[in-house]
Amino acid sequence: MSTATQDAAVGTTPRKLKVATVSLAGCFGCHMSFLDIDERILPLLELVEFDRSPITDIKHCGACDIGLIEGGVCNAENVHVLREFRANCKVLIALGACAVNGGLPAQRNHLQIADILQQVYRTGHGLAEGSQIPNDPELPLPLNQVHPVHEVVKIDYFLPGCPPSGDAIWVFLTQLIEGREPALGHGLLHYD
Amino acid sequence: MNNSFLLDGEDVPFTPGQTVMQAAAAAGKYIPHLCWHPDFTAHGSCKLCTVKIGGRFATACTTRAAAGQEVDNRTEELTAKRRTLLQLLFVEGNHFCPSCEKSGNCVLQATAYEMGMLSPHFDHFYPDRAVDASHPDVLLDFNRCIMCELCVRASREVDGKDVFALSGRGAKSHLIVNSESGRLADTDFAVTDRAAEVCPVGVILKKRVGFTVPIGQRDYDEKPISEKAVGKVADGVKETG
Amino acid sequence: MSQRGKMAVKSMHDSLRIPGSQEDSVAAAKIATILDRHGRDGTRLVQILREVQDVEGWLSPATLSAIAEGIGWPRAQVESTANFYSFFHTRPLGEYRVLFSDNITDRMLGNQDLMRSLCHKLWLEPGQASEDGLVSVDTTSCTGMCDQGPALLANYRTITRLTPERIDEMAHLIRRRVPVGDWPSDWFHVEDNIRRRDVLLDHGLAPGEALAAALDRGPAGLLGQIERSALRGRGGAGFGSDIKWRSCRDAWGDAHYVICNADEGEPGTFKDRVLLSSYFDMVVDGMCIAGFAIGASKGFIYLRGEYRYLLDRLETRLAQRREAGLLGRNILGRGFTFDIEIHLGAGAYICGEESALIESLEGKPGKPRIRPPFPVTHGYLGQPTTVNNVETLALAALIAVKGGEWFRAIGTPASTGTKLLSVSGDVERPGIYEFPFGVTVAEVLAAAGANDTQAVTTAGAAGSCLAADEFGRHIAFEDVPTGGSIMVFDRSRDMFEVARNFAHFFAHESCGFCTPCRVGTAVNARLLDKLANDHGSPYDLDEMEKMHRLMQGASHCGLGNTATIALRDMLAKFRPAFDRRLHSPDYEPGFDLDAALSQARRMTGRDDPGAHLTDNLSAQAGEHPSEAQP
Repeated sequence: MSTATQDAAVGTTPRKLKVATVSLAGCFGCHMSFLDIDERILPLLELVEFDRSPITDIKHCGACDIGLIEGGVCNAENVHVLREFRANCKVLIALGACAVNGGLPAQRNHLQIADILQQVYRTGHGLAEGSQIPNDPELPLPLNQVHPVHEVVKIDYFLPGCPPSGDAIWVFLTQLIEGREPALGHGLLHYD
Repeated sequence: MNNSFLLDGEDVPFTPGQTVMQAAAAAGKYIPHLCWHPDFTAHGSCKLCTVKIGGRFATACTTRAAAGQEVDNRTEELTAKRRTLLQLLFVEGNHFCPSCEKSGNCVLQATAYEMGMLSPHFDHFYPDRAVDASHPDVLLDFNRCIMCELCVRASREVDGKDVFALSGRGAKSHLIVNSESGRLADTDFAVTDRAAEVCPVGVILKKRVGFTVPIGQRDYDEKPISEKAVGKVADGVKETG
Repeated sequence: MSQRGKMAVKSMHDSLRIPGSQEDSVAAAKIATILDRHGRDGTRLVQILREVQDVEGWLSPATLSAIAEGIGWPRAQVESTANFYSFFHTRPLGEYRVLFSDNITDRMLGNQDLMRSLCHKLWLEPGQASEDGLVSVDTTSCTGMCDQGPALLANYRTITRLTPERIDEMAHLIRRRVPVGDWPSDWFHVEDNIRRRDVLLDHGLAPGEALAAALDRGPAGLLGQIERSALRGRGGAGFGSDIKWRSCRDAWGDAHYVICNADEGEPGTFKDRVLLSSYFDMVVDGMCIAGFAIGASKGFIYLRGEYRYLLDRLETRLAQRREAGLLGRNILGRGFTFDIEIHLGAGAYICGEESALIESLEGKPGKPRIRPPFPVTHGYLGQPTTVNNVETLALAALIAVKGGEWFRAIGTPASTGTKLLSVSGDVERPGIYEFPFGVTVAEVLAAAGANDTQAVTTAGAAGSCLAADEFGRHIAFEDVPTGGSIMVFDRSRDMFEVARNFAHFFAHESCGFCTPCRVGTAVNARLLDKLANDHGSPYDLDEMEKMHRLMQGASHCGLGNTATIALRDMLAKFRPAFDRRLHSPDYEPGFDLDAALSQARRMTGRDDPGAHLTDNLSAQAGEHPSEAQP
């Protein structure tokens, strides 16, 4: 258990924990599942406030107690964002199957990204004459392989599932906030 | 002499010749395992059933039960080792549960749940392994193979066919089928073979029935493997006498 | 092999061969001849595969089918055996197959530069056949020539003492398609390099003399002498030879077998090679004696594939002994019948493990069996079998003549007799040293001319690594046990590179049967590469410790159980060599993030700042990471 959340949990000052969330190479399914905690979001909001998150639309992660990462790392921008979270969050959590092992996007890993780009943008069916691989500097370049987040930065906790259920997220977060080692029993621990 | 041993401090009876695993299963005690199956010769390769007997590590499926043995099974130390073994298996292959039709019925997955495995921990190997869809009734997805050789044993010992073999060496080990083309369709494999039933993971999959039982209502959705496997095995042992 | 690889082989195969052609039937006839010579017996599959490969160049899918049909085995099992051994190829690898011995001692002698140079001259990449299909170059595990390296195998023939000049000439010979048999004969010369002789290497016995002495003593008398000698196995484990022989003799079976384990694969070991080369009669006498003691009439020598150059010579000597009444029927006219067959291995370290060796002898992949039952009761073909090291058998012959008490007076009480040590690495006089057990490491180093020694590995890649303050320790089962491999590293050597070489050795040689060894050895090799590639962090060192704790204890056989011992020792005793390799005190990815954008950069033609990634350290030191983007 990290001292950060412990302090917040048992400390005398009822400071709200700051939580940031992001979806990298994910489908936002884990975020949707997060919302499946339904009305329990109200007691949760008594304990936490959200920093960068699709819920707040804050663009950069500030100093946070907990960071939740959905999705694996498939491109350069994912790497930047993940590092920003690691630099700013005391506890970093891989949320969901893609963050944990690359998930669906990682199923391209046995192919060469060069071949994929070639086929998708140049040689595939139904492309306009003269189609090219986009090279705008605004676009993040894809990595040769998709990686789970723990292969790029240190991750403190893992919450698997595709997505983890609202109940699993609730149990996991409340245990963490209470300063306990998160443990998911039968029915809540799922990889699918 | 009393034919019983202590498993985590509980008395487990055995009949002479039984392994620790067989005796434990007959007594309704769960020792984690992947490559062991009550109907086939013990293999001893997955090492999930590693227990501590008299302070030494041994595989429960290959060690004969002996009177007075003290066997540690579900200890913190062994759970940690088993979790590491599972993590090694997860990163060695391509195990993407959300897109696997075996999810919920998978022994690897259920054992990992039982051991509280939250992540694969190691860097993934992401091996390049093929899928063989040539057979009209059965699909082979080698991405999920854990080299347990249950199909090899079932095909040899029950079906009398030798359809499967493990080839290669070390990390290059891989399952092959008995044909020059390397395709399952060119073997005498049939969907009715016992080998079509025994895959603990999602390599050998019958076509067109993958989602007959919906996700959420499958073997290990209902009960954790420690309860489920023991019931199954105990029944099997009773039936076969 | 990947599916794509298989397809490539299939199409190459199809293009090479026209069904029903004359060439085809000639090949089939050759295969049939080989099969017939081996009685179409599947247990001889390793020999059959080697001989067929010699004729065909490689083992094509059709060839494997033909062999399977010939021996009546499922094809998948034949393919399984063919794909297990390093020296069999199921894809074409050229008329010339050059394999550089890649033990750490070869590396210290510069094998990597030589291999790069040969690849460059032949226009090829390691592991791939040249485009014209002429030649391939790769590495192989230690070939047992550490005292005269760097060494290589050219079409499985040993070449020692490589130099840049020899490599130049070799490239020339290959391009001119000169058969390996016509290459300069001095290249193939293998020295004994015996530096210190004691009772075994100075035995002074005539061929058959020990055998005659054993026959005089009778089986019980002989076993009594072996017991009194307290002889322990020389392969490394040190099991009592008398117990092994008695258990085997007492086990019920249709036949009993003696196996001479000449699969000397431990990196840095070459003493059995010298015994086979120059003391072969002592070894054969020892085998006959073992057969006499346990009631066997058949013995096998399992000769490692790397020592193939010895095969003809040894076969010839066995034939001479048969002529002389020292082998075969009615030996020495005393009614004792015992014969020996030589089986050649095909590049698999694991076959030094006795039950894996027996599997290989039965034509299968060399994967260790579940034990018990042990080979002494259920060995070759399920029959009682004693598997002994070459040196143990030679010593048994000596004991048969000189007696157990005489032998016991040599060495230490728990480790009787002498031990052959193969000394290599940073010493002036590498070679074979026979010392009584109890000799200190320092005495061995002094005899071999070691200077400024930093470390000594005392059991090859699979045992302890001693630091200078431990050189006063004694070579003996009770202190520093050894199978005979002594590799010496002076202070100029980077112990990290030693550890990395060993880790790759084990990853290459793990049989793949059990999870901890199959995946654990691969994880360790990756971790050490991660450090070598400047991506290391202290987490990675913890991971290596974790792998050690898992593999030692949970592995199926000695390979996995010992594969991390040297690494653990080096981590503990030579930590700075590893710490130097740590890129950061914090977590580091195992791969180069910037290099991971290489394909996308190439495909888009981009090279702007946003098309690159810095490493974690620079990212933390820099500005707000997201703002670093254009």
